[in-house]
This record gives sequence, structure tokens and C-alpha cells, in this order.
Amino acid sequence: MDLNFTQEELEFREDVRAWLAENLPGDLARKVRSDAPLTKDDMLRWQLILHEKGWLTYSWPAEFGGTGWGPVKQFIFEEEMAYACAPRLLPFGLRMLGPVLMKFGSKEQQDYYLPRMCDGTDWWCQGYSEPGAGSDLASLKTTAVREGDHYVVNGQKTWTTLGQHADWIFCLVRTSTTGKPQEGISFLLIDMTSPGIEVRPIQTIDGGREVNEVWFTDVKVPVENLVGEENKGWTYAKYLLTHERTNIAGVGKSNQELARLKELAASQKRNGKPLAEDPHFAARMARVEIDLMNMEITNLRVLAQAEAGGAPGPESSMLKILGTEIEQELTDLTRRALGRSAQALTPEADDPGFNGPYVAPEGFQHATGVYFNHRKTTIYGGSTEIQKNIINKMIVGL
Amino acid sequence: MEFTHTDTRRMLSDTIDRYLRDKYPLSARVEAGQSEPGFQPAQYEVLAELGVIAALFPEDQGGFGGEGFDIAVVFEELGKRLVNEPVMDNALVPGSILAAAGQSDAVENIIAGTARYALAAEEPQALYDLADVETRAEAKGDGWTLTGAKSMVKYSPGCDGFIVSARTGKGISLFLVAPDQVSLRDYATFDGGCASELALDGAEGQLLGKEGAGAAMLQEAADRAVLALSAESLGIMQTIREMTIEYLRTRKQFGVVIGKFQALQHRMAEMLLEIEQARSAVINAANAMALADPERARIIAAAKYSIGRIGRLVAEESIQLHGGIAMTWEYDLGHFAKRLVMIDHEWGDQDFHLARFIEEGRAA
Repeated sequence: MDLNFTQEELEFREDVRAWLAENLPGDLARKVRSDAPLTKDDMLRWQLILHEKGWLTYSWPAEFGGTGWGPVKQFIFEEEMAYACAPRLLPFGLRMLGPVLMKFGSKEQQDYYLPRMCDGTDWWCQGYSEPGAGSDLASLKTTAVREGDHYVVNGQKTWTTLGQHADWIFCLVRTSTTGKPQEGISFLLIDMTSPGIEVRPIQTIDGGREVNEVWFTDVKVPVENLVGEENKGWTYAKYLLTHERTNIAGVGKSNQELARLKELAASQKRNGKPLAEDPHFAARMARVEIDLMNMEITNLRVLAQAEAGGAPGPESSMLKILGTEIEQELTDLTRRALGRSAQALTPEADDPGFNGPYVAPEGFQHATGVYFNHRKTTIYGGSTEIQKNIINKMIVGL
Repeated sequence: MEFTHTDTRRMLSDTIDRYLRDKYPLSARVEAGQSEPGFQPAQYEVLAELGVIAALFPEDQGGFGGEGFDIAVVFEELGKRLVNEPVMDNALVPGSILAAAGQSDAVENIIAGTARYALAAEEPQALYDLADVETRAEAKGDGWTLTGAKSMVKYSPGCDGFIVSARTGKGISLFLVAPDQVSLRDYATFDGGCASELALDGAEGQLLGKEGAGAAMLQEAADRAVLALSAESLGIMQTIREMTIEYLRTRKQFGVVIGKFQALQHRMAEMLLEIEQARSAVINAANAMALADPERARIIAAAKYSIGRIGRLVAEESIQLHGGIAMTWEYDLGHFAKRLVMIDHEWGDQDFHLARFIEEGRAA
């Protein structure tokens, strides 16, 4: 047993940290630190800075223009990005569609789409869930009917994250109704400017504007936009659920949130003493810190396995459950630490010219919104219940 | 033993329920929370006409109730329909203080719904501790001048006066301050209500009760507020329970209604039994209003602790059991869940009351 990173990995971490200190714009870090909403321009600006450095595709193999880093280096990179409060990279192009195209797409598709998702030309969103197909994704009903050299798509997708900014959407569509539901699904790339597409915003519980409904009415999609084979889409979608999901626990992000929580608890006072010294609150913080420490080791064990060439299976599900529950607990404690001020809705505190006084302490004005928003993490991307079913199926086998 | 309400209280709860069911749509409530003044004054007036406020005060003050169970009945009904009108903040809490200070005209006007007052007790540096007061009051001629800052003053727009806690040479005292004496910064709250930061810079104030008696007067008001919040929370949880059961019975995935899955059945069962525990905590607290400290204090603290813990569980579990739909603004559940969680941020959270329970237990 050796729980230490290698000398090379430690040096790599130093390099990443130094580069981030130099190149991450301060205004973006400030927004991320205080959970202020990011604009499309904010996200694209950071994407292009990383792209120029060659680190945007940090999870891609070298043959497709990636860094070729192994799982451990990718983990370190993500940790450092979180510690620096860098804007999170949207997974839809880089982590979802990209790997599918690399594995199952045609050479033409790879050559055309991969560079465009890196240089900011194409913003991708995901069209999986439907109103009647959430956890039971395979029951999806959006149809694609082949007519000559194109498909005609009809139906509705939902929970489309940042679809309002998107140029393209990758969709799971039904191309066959015979056999098992999973066997009639295809993976289709659709231009969001196509006639017949309508994007309708869904306002979230916290008042936010990040998800949408996308409606398709007789949308014509060229047949060359089909990825892989017709009716094999389920296989491709499932590939994403386990492939390279070794960093799904968000260890770096949670460590960063814990550090912020500790800062807050040290400055808030209860009975004249820092909240961090209040026995009840200290116990709450200690419990989540211990869970997080354990999860970090669990994550490193999975990484070591992956680095040695193993493919994570149910481990991805474990990390997703643990990671999201710990993250939720941290948002809960941050909200608690604010006391009465957690009730205040003061978005004006984000304005550059704002000169106070703050109701919630500076940088924490979104904490309650973040707490409610994070309820989604145990619902999306395969809910906790679905992940438990996967673990049961793969390990217990009942 | 008898765990049913009196006929009078049952009639009151039926009246409130009928009115709110017909005339208090959630959409108008949510909309009001996003605009000035942050609630619906016309609704507040109707509630007063229905006797909702009078029920919170004893006969010798002009009301027809005022006992723990009167407070519990009223606020449970208000919670069920997610009423966002300042019955607690502008009537119950200031009314009990003004009554203790012998301000009978003000109390009568509160009961009639024609006057509203707001409590400005908690300060920016304080974490629920009402004794953490830095605001100062100096005697000047016949009156007093106050200087300091108060935070999260609930429902201040249109108020006829503020009850402000401040330190004098004799400890904490309460003062009545006119609206033109303070400066306010208003903002919305996460649960659809409104609040203000309040600044006092040599504001003129009138002493309420005896100098140095403020802490005791505040504690009496706090106990009433905690009971009201606990009962409101119970009402909210009942509505959430109904919505969640209905969803489990109708939402289909994998070819069956999701309520068929045992994993979800067990979670729902746990929610149900915890809500019954919350109900018992509220009944116990309502009963304790007639008891003496430290027993009363312990039971009130136990209720708010229980409500805080169970409220979080019910809010989070109901969202998870619903899935994505509960994450939307359009679906009602989220608004109930937000108020339920925010109740833990008023008048002391569960940790605050757990500590108080331990403390009062030592005193017993």
C-alpha cells in the first residue's frame, strides 16, 4: 500500500496550480466562489483559455487532440480547477458526445464535430429525458422516421440543461417499436436552428433558468447525423454511464466547499463564540468531513484500478451516490451556518458596484438557492435509486 | 385523556380551511412574493375579519382565544395553504409584547387588522440569540434615542411601528419606534415573503414596559412564535404528504405506478411516521404554553428542534420521491418545501433549540 501520489504527479499538480493562478480570470473565480450565475460568455471565455493551453480536452486521448492524461492526472487537474474556483466545464460536448463520437462515430463525424465543440463554434446540449421517460429512460417516445435521405423527428425532450444557448442537441430517439424498448433507440445529432424546434424555459425551484423543454415538430435531420447504427443508441448512451466516470464524486469541489464552510463557521458567532466551536455544529461539520475523507480514498482506489487498465462498473454508481449526498450535506450546512440571513434573496449583491451592507455574509448570498438547486444532483444522471439498482444488479446479482 | 379540539376551535379551523380553499390560490401567493409589498394586504384584512387574529389573543385583550391550542389550530390551517400573510410577524408577536406593555389600543387595532407592527430584535452579528444586542438606547427628556442596526425585520412595509430591542444601563429593553424614525432596506425572502435591514441613528423611541424587562417580554413572544411556526410547519407537511402520496399513485415508470416500488413505499412510510411525531411535538408545545418554566421552555424547544429535523427530512424526501418535476417553480411542491426549510431559520434552528433543551434540562 502506498497512498501517496508519485513525485511526477505532485509536480504535475504544482504546474496546474501555478498555471491556474496565472490564467484564471479573477472575475470568473469570484463569481464561481460566490455561486453567482455564469453567463454564456463567461463559460465560453474560460473554455477558450483552456483550449489555447491544450487542457480543455484533458480527458481525451492524444489521438483526438487530447492531453492523453491517465485517470490520476485527470483527477488532480479537476481537483485543482475546483480549488481555484474555475468555472465548471459543461460535460455535454466534451465528456458525453465527444467520447461517443470517438468510439462509435464515423471519421467524418469525428473530424467535423470534435474540433468545433472545442473552439466554441458549437454549444451542445443533451436530449435524453422526456416528461414520461425519466428514470425509465428506455420508455422514451420521441420518434425519428426515415424518409429518403433524412429523418423526421417529432416529440419532446425535457430537463435540457442550458439548451437556450445550444447550437446542437444530441438526442435519443425512437426508430423502432418492435422488440425490447432499448432495442429501438437511435442516437441522433440535431441542429438547433432546424425548423420545427422550439425551446421553452423551465424555471427552477430556486428561481434559476438553466433547464428547458425542447419540442420537435416534423424536424428534418439528415441521415448522416445518425451516430453509429440505427437502433443501437441505447448501447452508446449506456457506454457514457460507466465510461471514464471515475471523477464523478466531485472530491475537489466538495473539499473546496468544505473549506469555505469552515471559513464561514469560523466567522459566524453563536453565544459569543465562533460557530465552528459550537459542539452541535462542529459535530455536523466533522461528520461530513469524515465521509468526504473516506470517499476520497474510495475514489483513489477506483482511480488506481482504472490507471492499471480496469474499467469501473458499479464503482461509478457508488461514487455518484456518495459524491452527491456529501455535496448536498455541505450545501445544507452552509445554509444553516447563515442563520436567519439564509432567508434573504439579494441578487443585487452580485453587482460589481454593490457596496453593501450584505444581509448574508459576502459571497454567501446564494447559499439557500444552491442548497435547493443541489436537490437535483440525486435525481439527474441516473437518480440515487437507479444507481442503487445498478449496484444491486452488478454486485449482489439479485 | 382527550386529543380532540373543542367545538369552537374546530369551527375556527373549518372556517379558515373553507376560506383559504376557495379564496387563497397559491399562484397569487407566489406572485405577491415577487412584488411589493411582499404579501397580500387585502388577504390579511380578510383573515382579521374571519377572526384569525382575534383567536390569538385572550378575551381581556379583545380576542377570543390566546391559548396554546388556539395558536396551534390557526397556524396549522395557514400552513396547509402556505399562507404568506404576516399573522405571526405583525400580529401575534408584537401583539403579545404590546399587551404586556399595557398598550391596549394598539392591541385592539392589531386584532381588528387595522394596525400592524414589526419586531426588530435580531442583529446582523447574532445567530438567533435575542440577548446578543448591541443597539443602544439613551434617555433623552421624556423619551429615548436609539442607535444601532437590526437584521431580517419581517414584513416591515406599511407597518405602524417597530418594536426594537436595545441596551440601556439596566439590560435589554423594548421600545416602540415610529416608521419615520428608521431607515429600511427591503428585500424578498427565499420562501416568498419579505424582510428588511433596519438602521437606527438617534431614532426616537418610547419605552415599552419596564426598563430592563425586554428579555423576558421577548422570550414570551418567542415561545408564541415558535409554537406558531411549529404548527405552520405541521400544516405544510400535511399538504406535502398528500401531494407526494398522490404523485406516487399516479406517476408511472417501468410500466407501473412508482408507488409500487418497495424502496419508495418505505421512504413514504418513514415520512408518515415522522409527521406524526411532529404532530405530537406541536400538541405537546401547545399544551406547554400553560405550564411554567423550565418545563414549558424545554417542551417548546423540543418542538422546534423536532420540526427543524423533520421539516428538512420531509422537504428533501418529498422532492426526491417526486423527481425532476419537484425541481420546477411551476409545480406547487417546491414552494411548500422552501417555506418548510426556511422555518428552521426563524426563531432559532434545530441546533439552537437542542442546546436550549439541554440547558433547560439542567435547570429543571
